[in-house]
Amino acid sequence: MGRSKSADKGGEMLQGTLDMLILRTLVMGDAHGHTIAKVIEHTSEDVLEVEQGSLYPALHRLEDRGWVSSYWGASENNRKAKFYRLTAAGRKQLASETTRWRQMKRAIGLILGEAE
Amino acid sequence: MRWLRFFKRKRSDSDLAREIELHLAQEIADNRAIGMSEAVARRQAMLKFGSPRRVREDLWQQNTPAFFDNLWRDFRYAARTLSRSPGFTIIAILVMALGIGANTALFSVVRSVLLKPLPYKDPNRLVALCESWKGHVCDDNRGGNAAGSFAEWRKASKSFEQMALVQQWTSYNVSAEGGQLPERVPAGLVSWNMFSMLGVRPVLGRDFSPDDDRQGANGTVILSWGFWKRRFGGDPSIVGKEIFLDAKPYTVIGVMPAWFAYPEAQTQVWAPVYHEMPPRVTQSLENHQFDVVARLRPGATMSQALSELDAVQKQIKRENPGPAVKAGVNGRLLLDNIVVDYKTPLYTLLAATACLLLIACLNVANLLVARSAARRREVAIRAALGGNRWRLIREQVTESLVLTAAGGAVGLALAYAGIAWLRVARNDLARADTIHIDAMVLLFVVGITIASGVLAGMIPALSGVRMLETLQESSRSHSGGQSRTRLRKALLAAEVSLTVILLIAAGLLLKSYQKLRTTDMGCAMDNVLTMQLRLPEARYKGPVQKDAFFEQLITRVRALPGVKAAGLVSVAPGQGWGGDAFFAVVEHPPLPRGKSLDALERAADPGYFAAMQIPLLRGRTFKENERFDHAKVVLLNQAAVRRFFPDGEDPLGKHLRFDISGGPPQAFEIIGIVGDTRYDVAEDVKPMIYWPLSSGVNSGATIMIRSTHDVESLALPVQKAIGTLDRDLPISDVMTMQQMIGKTTVDASFDSMLILAFAVIALVLAAVGLYGVLSYLATQRRSEIGIRIALGAPRTAVLRMMLADGLAPAWIGLVLGLLGAGFAVRLIRDMLYGMQPLDWTVFLVVSLMLSAVAAAACAVPAWHASRLDPMEALRTE
Repeated sequence: MGRSKSADKGGEMLQGTLDMLILRTLVMGDAHGHTIAKVIEHTSEDVLEVEQGSLYPALHRLEDRGWVSSYWGASENNRKAKFYRLTAAGRKQLASETTRWRQMKRAIGLILGEAE
Repeated sequence: MRWLRFFKRKRSDSDLAREIELHLAQEIADNRAIGMSEAVARRQAMLKFGSPRRVREDLWQQNTPAFFDNLWRDFRYAARTLSRSPGFTIIAILVMALGIGANTALFSVVRSVLLKPLPYKDPNRLVALCESWKGHVCDDNRGGNAAGSFAEWRKASKSFEQMALVQQWTSYNVSAEGGQLPERVPAGLVSWNMFSMLGVRPVLGRDFSPDDDRQGANGTVILSWGFWKRRFGGDPSIVGKEIFLDAKPYTVIGVMPAWFAYPEAQTQVWAPVYHEMPPRVTQSLENHQFDVVARLRPGATMSQALSELDAVQKQIKRENPGPAVKAGVNGRLLLDNIVVDYKTPLYTLLAATACLLLIACLNVANLLVARSAARRREVAIRAALGGNRWRLIREQVTESLVLTAAGGAVGLALAYAGIAWLRVARNDLARADTIHIDAMVLLFVVGITIASGVLAGMIPALSGVRMLETLQESSRSHSGGQSRTRLRKALLAAEVSLTVILLIAAGLLLKSYQKLRTTDMGCAMDNVLTMQLRLPEARYKGPVQKDAFFEQLITRVRALPGVKAAGLVSVAPGQGWGGDAFFAVVEHPPLPRGKSLDALERAADPGYFAAMQIPLLRGRTFKENERFDHAKVVLLNQAAVRRFFPDGEDPLGKHLRFDISGGPPQAFEIIGIVGDTRYDVAEDVKPMIYWPLSSGVNSGATIMIRSTHDVESLALPVQKAIGTLDRDLPISDVMTMQQMIGKTTVDASFDSMLILAFAVIALVLAAVGLYGVLSYLATQRRSEIGIRIALGAPRTAVLRMMLADGLAPAWIGLVLGLLGAGFAVRLIRDMLYGMQPLDWTVFLVVSLMLSAVAAAACAVPAWHASRLDPMEALRTE
C-alpha cells in the first residue's frame, strides 16, 4: 500500500528538492547515477549527503514524467552504465522549481528574521 | 504512462539492479583510490548507498498502481484461504456452477429464440396478419386466414409494401427413384413474392416468378438445403431437372440457403401456392388454412395498417355474411407470431433458473458467513492493529468472487453441454437451430458471475466487521456470533422461501403434465400403432380408385398375423383439429342468416370404431353398400348430440344439410352415435361428425392397428404390405398412440421436468444450509448445552430446543414462500392444463415435504447436541 515510512515523512519537500538538485546537476551534461550523487555532494560542500540509494527511484520517477531521458553508454572506466539526459520539459521544470525554491527560501528567511 | 510501467516493472527492476551494481563498483573504486582497504571500501560504499533491496522495492512499488497490486494480493490471499478448505471450496464452486450454468443455458435459449431478430431484411417491418372472429386477438397463430380475404387486403392496403401468402399443412410424396425409398416431405406453399419479400434469395438457381404462381403453369419447386444434400447428394445440376411430387412432374428451379427455415423448421420443399391450390380454395373467404405475412411501408405504423385491413375485412363480412367468414383482422410482428407458444414457458424457466442462482448465492453467502465467523478473531485482531475496514470487506468479496469466477467457468461448460442436449431434445422449438453461445451470452456470464460474487461476498462482509464487539466478547464463545447467527437464519429463510416457490411451480406443472398424460382420449391407447399415408391425386384419380385402395389395404392389414383389429380414419384422436364442417339440421327451424352449426369432421371406415374401442352407443355404423353417392350418412359423437340436440331429442333418422362447395346443399342422415374422442390431448372434447371413408372423397388416412402386445413389431410387415400395393407410396409418422401423445406433450413434460430438477437442487441446497446452520449453532452453544445438561436438563428438552431453533427459519421461509408462490403461480397459469394455479393439494404436499426435509436436516445436529457429554464439553473450554 503506502510507500515506506522514511520516504513518506516530510517527503513532499525533500523529494521535490532532490528532483530539483538532480535536474540542476544534469544541466552540466549527461551523467550516470554515481556521478550525479558525487556532484551533489561535492557542490554542496558535503552538506547534502543524500542516501545514494534514494537517487534511483527519483531518477526513474523523473524519467516517467518525461523530464529526463536515459540511454546505456560507456562510463569513464569503460563499463556499461545508464546515462541520464535533461529533456526540454525537464529544463522547463527546473526553471519553475528553481523559482519556487527561491520564493520559498525568501519567505522562510523573512519569517526567521534574516535580512536579505 | 505510469500504468504502462506496471507491465515493464520486471525489466525496469533488472535495469536498476545493474545500475546499483555499477554505482557500488564505482564507489568502491573511489574509496580504494583514497587508500581504503578492499573490505573497508566495500563497507563504506554500502553504508553510503543504503539497502539496495529497499531501493528496488521502492521502485517496484512506485511502478505498481495500488489497484492492481491490491487485487493481486487479495486474490492470492483468497486463493490461499480457499485452498485450506478444499471441501468447502469445491461445494461452493459446484453450487455456483449449477446456478450460473442453468442461467446461461436458458439465457442463450431466450436470446436466440425470443430476442434475436429474424434473419430477414428489416425484420421489424414484417408482420403476421390474422383474421379473427372477435377482432381483438389472433385466435390461432398458424393458418387462420382465407386466401380470398388475402386477395382483397392486397388490393386495398396502402400501409403495406408487400403481402405474401403461405400454407404449411401440405406434404408431398417423393416417389421412389434411383434406389431410394419413397418418402413424404413437408412442404411450404408460398406466393411467388414470399422469398423476395423476406429478402432471401435461393443460393442456387432462381426464385419463383409470377408466371410460376398460377393455375396451368408448369410445376416448379425450390428445395431446402438439407433435402437437396440428403436426397440429391448436393448435386448442383439438379436445378432444371424434373422430380416427381405426388406422382406429378415438377422442375427444380432453386435451392434455399441452409439456414432458411420458414414456415417450419421441417419444411423441405416450397411450391407456388396458386399453382398448387385449386381456385375454389384460393378464392374462398371461408377456407381458413393460410398464413399471411406482410411488409410495412417505411414509416407506416402497425396499428394504422391493421385498422385499414380491419375495415376491409368488415366490408367483406358485410357483403358475405356466411358463417365461416371472419369479421376482423389483427396482427403482430412476425417474430412474436413464430415464438408465441414458447414465450411463457421459456421466461418461466428463466425465472426458475434465476431463483436457483439466487439460492446458490445465498448458500455460498451462508457458507462464507460461517467461515468468517470461524475467522472473526483473526479479523478482529487485524482490525485492532489498524487493518482498514474496507480492506477487510474487499478481502471477503474477493474470496467470493474467486469462488463465483471458478463457478462461472464450470457453469459455462455446463451451459455448453446443456445447450447441445437441448438442441437435440427440443428440436421442435422454433429457431432451435440458432441457439448457441455468442459474445452476448459470454458477457451475460461475466455479468452474472460478478453480480453473484459481489452479492454472496457483500452479505457476510458488511455484517461481519464489528471488531470491537468481537474483541469485547469473552473468550467463552457461547455469546459469540449472535448477529451472525441471526443473519444466517435470515439468509436461510430467504433460501427456503425461494425453494418453496420453485417446488410449488414444479408440483403444479408436474400435476398438470400427469393430468395431460392420463387424459381419457376416448379410445384404445395401449398397443395401438398409427401410420399416415396420402394417395396422390394424380395416380388415384377418382373416388373409385381411392376406395378400392383403402379397401384392399385394410383387408391385407387385418389379415396380418398379430393384428387384432385395424381401422382407417382421416385424422386420428390426438392428431389435431384436422378440419371442420358447417351445417344445419334439416328438421330444425332455419337458423338466422350468417349463423351455422359447426363440428369437426372425420372420415372413417366402418371397422374403425370397433378397432379403436370407441363405443357405438346407438344406431349402426356404415354399411358395405354405402359408397360414393350412396354414402349420404353420418355418425355423431356424444358432444355433437349434446350440442345440437339438447332437449333429449332423438337424433337418429334426422338429417344434416351441408353446403358442398361447387354444388347444391346435400342432406345426410344421422345413423348412429359414437363415444367422444379428443382431437387434442390438452383440449376439451368438441362435437364431431364422421363420414364414411368409402365415399371416396378423402385421399389421406391414418391406419390404426391394435394388437395384444408388442404392436411396434407390426410396423414393418404393415409397411411391406402397403409396398406391395403401391411401391411409390410413402408411409409417414409411424408411431404408437402413446408416442404420439408423448410428442404433443413434450412441452409440458420438458418444462415440468426441468423445473422439478431445479426445485430438487434448491431443496438439497436448502437442506444443506439448514444442516450447516444448526451444526454451527450447536458448536457455538456447546458449553451452554453442557451446563444445561450438567444442571439436569433432560436430553429431550435439549433436542426440542435445538430443533425449534433450526426449524424456525425453515417455517418462516415456508410461510413467505407460500405467499410468494401465490403470486408467482399466476404467471404460469397458461402452462397449466385442467387445473387452477392455487391447487391446494400441491401447496399442501410441498409444505409437508419441506417440513419433513427441514426436520430431517435439523434432526442430526440437534440429536448430536442432545447426546453431548457435559464433562467433555466443559473441559474443552
